[in-house]
Amino acid sequence: MTHNIYLYILVAAAVSFLIRVLPLTLIRRKIKNPFIRSFLYYVPYVTLSVMTFPAIITAPKLPLAGILALTAGVAAAWKGLNMMGIAALCCAVVFVCEMAAPYLM
Amino acid sequence: MNRNKNAFINGIRDGIPIALGYFAVAFSLGIVAKKAGLNPVQGFLSSLLNHASAGEYAEFTVIMANAPYIEMAFVILITNIRYMLMSCALSQRFDPSTSNAHRFLVGFGITDEIFGISIGRIGALNPYYNYGAMAIALPGWSLGTAFGIVAGNILPASIVSALSVALYGMFIAIIIPASRTDKIVGGVVIASFLASFAVSKIPQLDQMSDSMKISLLTVIIAGAAAALFPSKDDDGFDTDSREEGGSRI
Repeated sequence: MTHNIYLYILVAAAVSFLIRVLPLTLIRRKIKNPFIRSFLYYVPYVTLSVMTFPAIITAPKLPLAGILALTAGVAAAWKGLNMMGIAALCCAVVFVCEMAAPYLM
Repeated sequence: MNRNKNAFINGIRDGIPIALGYFAVAFSLGIVAKKAGLNPVQGFLSSLLNHASAGEYAEFTVIMANAPYIEMAFVILITNIRYMLMSCALSQRFDPSTSNAHRFLVGFGITDEIFGISIGRIGALNPYYNYGAMAIALPGWSLGTAFGIVAGNILPASIVSALSVALYGMFIAIIIPASRTDKIVGGVVIASFLASFAVSKIPQLDQMSDSMKISLLTVIIAGAAAALFPSKDDDGFDTDSREEGGSRI
């Protein structure tokens, strides 16, 4: 069966809204349970890591360009470059690699 | 009333750099949206209502997979669960007498950056500060997405290929500084990379959508990490560790 894109957007928006709003309206004191707190602490890092790898390698036309972008991005982030700088650097690495590739092969 | 107006203006001022950054990153999100079959209006709407980079990326993978609506709900719940954490943190900063209407609106506007700038304010949170930031940042994000869908067509393939990694660059900008500060987070990031790679290579799991894999891996790995390494800080919602992660939506 095919699904309606607007309904998809609506479902996603409704869940996002509830996630963002419910704690703010319901919880008026701090959560004490250490497991839940730790779980919530780790969640963003795991989600973003899983989304980044190996997708960053398969997204560009040239997988090697993705590997180099990942390496450059990680090194720059380690050195403390800001978010937009890292995003721009990754793009530049892929662009240069793909431009240079025909001349190297 | 005047104080609220000032807070709103301050919010707009602090929201301008956020809006510019959003526009650029949302552009690359628009390229993903285009692949999933969204038109510019749908992309705009999705970004205006969801405004979450990782969440929307996951949303588009669900749409691409033509997966059931319930899977969308589950995937969004998992990928956006950090907003729950931020919402909890913000709830501590409100004046207890703040009305539910303000709580709804401020909650709706939570993104990593808006959370970051609002939690950094001194004293009780003035909702109008958040409204100012939202008023400029959210349109930047939504227009960027729509523009990415439109211009993904116009731009040469080499540019589109290059821009396709912008979003991952942004994710790297969040996970790596946090890994540097907290070695356990670093271990969790490496474990996540390896597990994600392994799962992508298992032919038996080919039928499972990418978003489902992302969500399941998140629950399993974050759950294991929480069981093995409960975070040591007394305050789980301490903002210091989050700010180390840099800016993100």
